Amino acid sequence: MPTVSVKQELLFQALGRRYTDEEFDELCFEFGLELDEVTSEKDIISKEQGDGKAEGASDIILYKIDVPANRYDLLCLEGLVRGLQVFKERIKAPRYKRIMPANGEIQRLLITEETDQVRPHAVAAVLRNITFSKARYDSFIDLQEKLHQNICRKRTLVAIGTHDLDTISGPFTYTARPPSEIKFKPLNQDKEYTASEIMELYRTDSQLKHYLHIIENKPLYPVIYDSNGVVLSMPPIINGDHTKISLNTRNVFIECTATDITKAKIVLDTLVTMFSEYCEKQFTVEAAEVTYFNGKTCIYPELAYRREKVKPDLINKKIGISETPSSLAKLLTRMCLKSHVTGNGNNIEIEIPPTRPDIIHACDIIEDAAVAYGYNNIQMTIPKTYTIANQFPLNKLTELLRQDLAAAGFTEALTFALCSQEDIADKLGVDISATKAVHIANPKTAEFQVARTSLLPGLLKTIAANRKMPLPLKLFEISDIVIKDSSKDVGARNQRHLCAIYYNKNPGFEVIHGLLDRVMQLLAVPPNKGCGYLIKAAKDSAFFPGRCAEIFAKGQSIGKLGVLHPDVITKFELTMPCSALEINIEPFL
Amino acid sequence: QVIQAEQRSSKRWELTPEGKEIAQEGSHEARVFDSIPAEGLLQSELMKLPSGKVGFSKAMSNKWVRLEKNADGGPRIFRAVENVQDLVREKLQLVQQGEAESLEEKDRNELKKRKLLMEVVIKTYWIQKGSAFSTTVTKQETDLTPEMIASGSWRDLKFKAYNFEALGIMPEGGHLHPLLKVRTQFRQIFLEMGFTEMPTNNFIESSFWNFDALFQPQQHPARDQHDTFFLQDPAEATDFPMDYLKRVKKIHSQGGYGSQGGPWSSRGWSSAAPSVWDPSRGLGLTPVLPNPQEKFTPAKYFSIDRVFRNETLDATHLAEFHQIEGVVADYGLTLGDLMGTLREFFTKLGITQLRFKPAYNPYTEPSMEVFSYHQGLQKWVEVGNSGVFRPEMLLPMGLPEGVSVIAWGLSLERPTMIKYGINNIRELVGHKVNLQMVYDGPLCRLDAVPWPPPVQPVL
Repeated sequence: MPTVSVKQELLFQALGRRYTDEEFDELCFEFGLELDEVTSEKDIISKEQGDGKAEGASDIILYKIDVPANRYDLLCLEGLVRGLQVFKERIKAPRYKRIMPANGEIQRLLITEETDQVRPHAVAAVLRNITFSKARYDSFIDLQEKLHQNICRKRTLVAIGTHDLDTISGPFTYTARPPSEIKFKPLNQDKEYTASEIMELYRTDSQLKHYLHIIENKPLYPVIYDSNGVVLSMPPIINGDHTKISLNTRNVFIECTATDITKAKIVLDTLVTMFSEYCEKQFTVEAAEVTYFNGKTCIYPELAYRREKVKPDLINKKIGISETPSSLAKLLTRMCLKSHVTGNGNNIEIEIPPTRPDIIHACDIIEDAAVAYGYNNIQMTIPKTYTIANQFPLNKLTELLRQDLAAAGFTEALTFALCSQEDIADKLGVDISATKAVHIANPKTAEFQVARTSLLPGLLKTIAANRKMPLPLKLFEISDIVIKDSSKDVGARNQRHLCAIYYNKNPGFEVIHGLLDRVMQLLAVPPNKGCGYLIKAAKDSAFFPGRCAEIFAKGQSIGKLGVLHPDVITKFELTMPCSALEINIEPFL
Repeated sequence: QVIQAEQRSSKRWELTPEGKEIAQEGSHEARVFDSIPAEGLLQSELMKLPSGKVGFSKAMSNKWVRLEKNADGGPRIFRAVENVQDLVREKLQLVQQGEAESLEEKDRNELKKRKLLMEVVIKTYWIQKGSAFSTTVTKQETDLTPEMIASGSWRDLKFKAYNFEALGIMPEGGHLHPLLKVRTQFRQIFLEMGFTEMPTNNFIESSFWNFDALFQPQQHPARDQHDTFFLQDPAEATDFPMDYLKRVKKIHSQGGYGSQGGPWSSRGWSSAAPSVWDPSRGLGLTPVLPNPQEKFTPAKYFSIDRVFRNETLDATHLAEFHQIEGVVADYGLTLGDLMGTLREFFTKLGITQLRFKPAYNPYTEPSMEVFSYHQGLQKWVEVGNSGVFRPEMLLPMGLPEGVSVIAWGLSLERPTMIKYGINNIRELVGHKVNLQMVYDGPLCRLDAVPWPPPVQPVL
């Protein structure tokens, strides 16, 4: 969930009134935002780097507000204020308009064929006669960063470049060149570098280093030139210094290059709808023309308004309220979805503005009606759905066995289903290739390399972590292990195991053996060869030679019991003799 | 009781050896005064006297003597008054005569400070015959024996008293794990509410079921390598329900069923990557899938099982945790129904103060986060997430139009940590568990104690 930081003072100024923290928190809650923290730059620095470093930092109060991940229109002060003011019916939602330049000369961006292999799309627009202030400028930069981190997926899908239009002259060319042939002065640098040098330059940059991988291994790097060969940007890494915008910039050329054209359009629409507020003709955006190498021409920004019709009855039924059509239309209008009743009250026509790409289905409209109505004003009801409950048989058996194993004097452990290769292989004296273990491709630590194939390592580790406890230690766990199984669609399956362990100054084989007898008694399986259970001497690297037996029940092998091998005990950092039992309980369902 | 003993103590004031000396010889300052002749005494001479040092400074502060620094032969001391009254000596003499009480408290303390006086406490015992006074000694029996019962000797024997202040011996038994005790209670609650348990014993799931079927875009951040445990071996899932997969792919990229679709690029579509169950997976969907041969019947399901996320462990985060989920599928369910169901569910947990916040989940719309007022923290805390499944998810599954599915989820660990006052999740789940905590754990009675309790860990 993205978090937006806004200065409390600017926020209240824009909202036209003051709120206490509690009141503002309440407003956020109602609207689906969360006032996460009330802080200041000073607080943030002293929290992150220690009190000493915060000296002289600003102590202006900041509100950190969590914004839902699909609401790009709320990622800056401008959008937040607009959304809240419309919600509180203090203003009407503005209507965003694309206009042609006064002199009729539209800015043009040509896309060459070379971009196709690296970053095939681009969109563009112009903010004409804009007035920046320090706060507006900061917000403009900040919104780009927020969009980059969220919808742009860290610039992989879309990268934004904004330029002072008065420093360049179109038409612009979006192309891709070998890195050695690209040379320009990157933003805020004092000399020219080739593209290859730029990559080296930013290898250690705390922010930009994260984007280098996007184009690094491509033979051609994307680059945008003006008609005089001035580099605007080398997306998605860095803009040129030449076109840098400042507080005095009046005309902004915006380009977004992308691998996903839909997202690029959303990003451009978001940026221009938010900041056209500061243009001389408020909420108007000057069009730009983008031409692909195959001749296809598009005019941007799209700023498309879409109309949807939803029956008032459906809205009421889905929410569980009974509002009149006109009151529903009013609720939706408060969510920036301008609505009116049509067809004798049988329909509501809703206009979806370009700021709301999250509205893709009637259910999104219904949610907005519910939010405007107030979730906490909805009457709670209990569904009449009549059903008979059933337990999942395997869990039912597990629950019953757990109770009786505890009654038999064993204490329940709860260990991780993921573990290291070492735990299930080396430490038990087998090779990892001999296990049917499922391997994780991307574990962050060695503790999560494989899914466990046995519960035993988890119990041994539990004892190792509790060596200070009085002896004997008697533990059990009933849980799932995972093994590869090519007959399954995913190539693996769970198996429910019961494992128990006895740790004391003597091995206590008879204790573990007795527990097996008790478990079989609980499962009503008698000790005999036919349909009952029996144990037979067996070999297993985890057990002491001659002290291990295989358990057979219902005509199949279900597991083993025995005294653990001293090597196993040592490898799990234990010192006492130990006996254990592990069986598959699924045959007893 | 053979005898009765009563402790009595008394206090009395006594002179210290120095005090005794002063009572007899006079105070140091008086002795200094007396030793100064009319023509005065050299200071260096005076200091040689036994009471010289102490007596001089006291006599000076009493203004009995004066010092002439520039006298011939060095500083010289003269009497400053004709005669003096040695009050210190008089007071000490009073004490000596047993009349300490006639002194003022202030004076006593002053003398005590000068180490001339001390307070002596004398402890004595007053002994009397007890209720069981006897001049012969009998040995008391510690406990009843079978022989005493057989012979009847217990009638005449004396038994030693029990110490009821001491604790008993804990029974030797096994113990259930606290988290799983809470799991049992949650199962019970769902069963009381008529919810059927879903099979969840398949930790490995394909990306299709983990994400695609839940209308999670292929490029969704939750599908990143950073968050999800993908598998190296087995590397690919097979046997997809192809018709269903086609419908899912279409809704992602082109829309349909009244939806604009993602619209997400389906370039390089991949459903095959298996991963370990992801928290964003939402629910084990398989049982909700309608059987095309059968008519849809309303259903209520729940599951409680492990989900996994690729994180490093710390005090509040584990790479695997338990997710609790409930789902109701029926015709015409409303948002009010979801809230009503949540109210009943949370009431059974002992949580009664609820409010709902609009939220965003990729697979539910409307979505609501559930908050409960926390008495200990004096604020609203999130206790669960919920919503109505998107039609983009339900319709490709083949559910009839008009059927709504409401669902909610929460973690098992969080309420358990609050319930048992555990701050470090690693002490609760995994092999680093504190077994003493497991041994000492109380019953899990979720609604018996107001939740959350007033004292509470920081989560």
